[in-house]
Amino acid sequence: MELLLSSAIGMLTAAGTYLILRKRSFAVVLGTTMLSYAINLFLFSTGRLVVNAPPVLHDGGVYTDPLPQALVLTAIVISFGMTAVVLMMALGAFLEGGDDRVDMPRGDRVPPNHPPAAEDKGA
Amino acid sequence: MSHLIIAPVVLPAVMGALIILWMRQDLLLQRVFSITGTTLLMAVALYLNVLAGSGEVQVYRLGNWAAPFGIVLMLDRLAALMLLLTAVLALAVQLYAVGSGWDGKGRHFHALWQFQLMGVCGAFLTGDAFNLFVFFEILLIASYGLMIHGGGEMRLRAGVQYIAYNLAGSTLFLVALGVLYSVTGTLNMADMAVRVAAMPAQDTALLRVGAVLLMLVFAIKAALVPLHFWLPSTYANAPGPVAALFAIMTKVGVYGIIRFFTLVFPQDTAIESVVADLLLPAALFTLAIGQIGILGTRHLGRLAGFAAIGSIGTLMIAVAQFTPQGTSAAVYYLIHSTLAAGALFLIVDMIGVRRGDLWLRLGGVMPGNGLIAALYFVVAIAVVGMPPFSGFIGKLLVMQATGTAPAMLWIWATILTTSLIAIYAMSRAGTIVFWKSSELGQAGPSGDFRERGDEHTPNLAHAPANWLAVAAVVLLLSGIVALTAFAGPVMRFAEATAAQLHNPDAYVSAVLEGQEGTK
Repeated sequence: MELLLSSAIGMLTAAGTYLILRKRSFAVVLGTTMLSYAINLFLFSTGRLVVNAPPVLHDGGVYTDPLPQALVLTAIVISFGMTAVVLMMALGAFLEGGDDRVDMPRGDRVPPNHPPAAEDKGA
Repeated sequence: MSHLIIAPVVLPAVMGALIILWMRQDLLLQRVFSITGTTLLMAVALYLNVLAGSGEVQVYRLGNWAAPFGIVLMLDRLAALMLLLTAVLALAVQLYAVGSGWDGKGRHFHALWQFQLMGVCGAFLTGDAFNLFVFFEILLIASYGLMIHGGGEMRLRAGVQYIAYNLAGSTLFLVALGVLYSVTGTLNMADMAVRVAAMPAQDTALLRVGAVLLMLVFAIKAALVPLHFWLPSTYANAPGPVAALFAIMTKVGVYGIIRFFTLVFPQDTAIESVVADLLLPAALFTLAIGQIGILGTRHLGRLAGFAAIGSIGTLMIAVAQFTPQGTSAAVYYLIHSTLAAGALFLIVDMIGVRRGDLWLRLGGVMPGNGLIAALYFVVAIAVVGMPPFSGFIGKLLVMQATGTAPAMLWIWATILTTSLIAIYAMSRAGTIVFWKSSELGQAGPSGDFRERGDEHTPNLAHAPANWLAVAAVVLLLSGIVALTAFAGPVMRFAEATAAQLHNPDAYVSAVLEGQEGTK
């Protein structure tokens, strides 16, 4: 189970990191979602892995650490909300700007009506 | 135990909810309630400063639950000071937003503003690492909304970058917390400090990983090089007052570093030396890149953004010493740089409104050129750290605190050289905007600027009370002047703060001992 869980976390993280570094916002959103899945699994494992045990103390028995479960719950809610926000923003930027690239367009770096030749020299 | 300790979190939360529920359509009511709320927050912060001034660490146990399991809010000198700083900056900037009409350019400005304050105040007060994460998310969600206030293509695009970057940061934060929890078995910061101190030195490998990850998270928030890429575009494209409020948000990252690396991972441990070795070069590069960025940019908003990065660099040099003297210098410079960065962003916004755009190129004469030029002059002196303002005293204190450090030569050389670069860069920007443009006069050869000017003509009629906007900037600048005039008392407070931070036993025992009455 340790191998399964750790490889799942590792693969999700790797895929998420790769997608986050892409230049289209859809891939980036997908990447953040994957990363948050990886994190949720990871948080779950921080209380040590126990199988078939309840997350409450009872006399003498084995129990699962309940705190990571509470943390995961909070993290899931927050990452869910964040994904919704970033989706709306990406959609807004796509509708306003006409493309879904993540980088800033040229207009962010040079003044409007700037002669291209001077820009080439300047750069 | 004073119940007012939780007021900085509850008050903005209630205000924000009230504004959204009852006065969605009425901007005037929103303004009244929001400004009242922020003023009340300032009063509470003043009271809490008096409370913390006694030197005793105050604990607020939520629901009266016992400490390592229940959530606590902590009030010490640093937290109280940060609260007051937040409230003062927020009030001044809010007055500017109302006076310049920015708050009417989109919906829910005031509600988001209050939620933002709630997140910032909560992050300063909490004594629980996971709650710190939650308050970070609260302030970030509100900041996403504020950042795209008013809309527009550039702003949305910069907003997407800002969110993506911060989502990655939040993910790292959770990883760091997970690692720390798996090693120490607790999330309460004081309890964590006890367990870290009790841990044998050879078992600290995972702990070091957690500590460095945590530092990365705070470094992202504080825009420390090489994690600063989000800042210039974000701040240049955000509405002026929002960028000014964001001056406190970079300080949340600085606060996190100071808090965690004095309390949980204190001096003389392997962890802190690892962090100090990483932090100092990063701080020097931050300072250098920030000040060179001021010189290199051709956009006033970016100029202010790079100035903010530079000030974080200076601040971090002092923090990275991890000595009481370094921390007290950092506290002083932190107050100064927050006020100065806020004022700079507001003045840049005033220039933008009157000039039509923020590019550093020749344009026409602005209405009120002289007044704004004078304000810019004052804030530029403060930002680059020339006498007579507090920037100079702050840099002097930082240099004094690093005088005996092994890397003293590097530190002093970087601070002095970059100050020179910043002086040149700020005066060049001021010359282009105020003097050369006014020399050209109305008949200047800035055809494209003038043609476009029609749609962008500085329409001060949009601003309901322009005097209020100017007064807000003057208020921030007078804060800088007061900081200069009362440098002695402020420095004594900063030294007391540093002494309290570097002696965390009182903090720990305040949380974990004397809990008889709790559940």
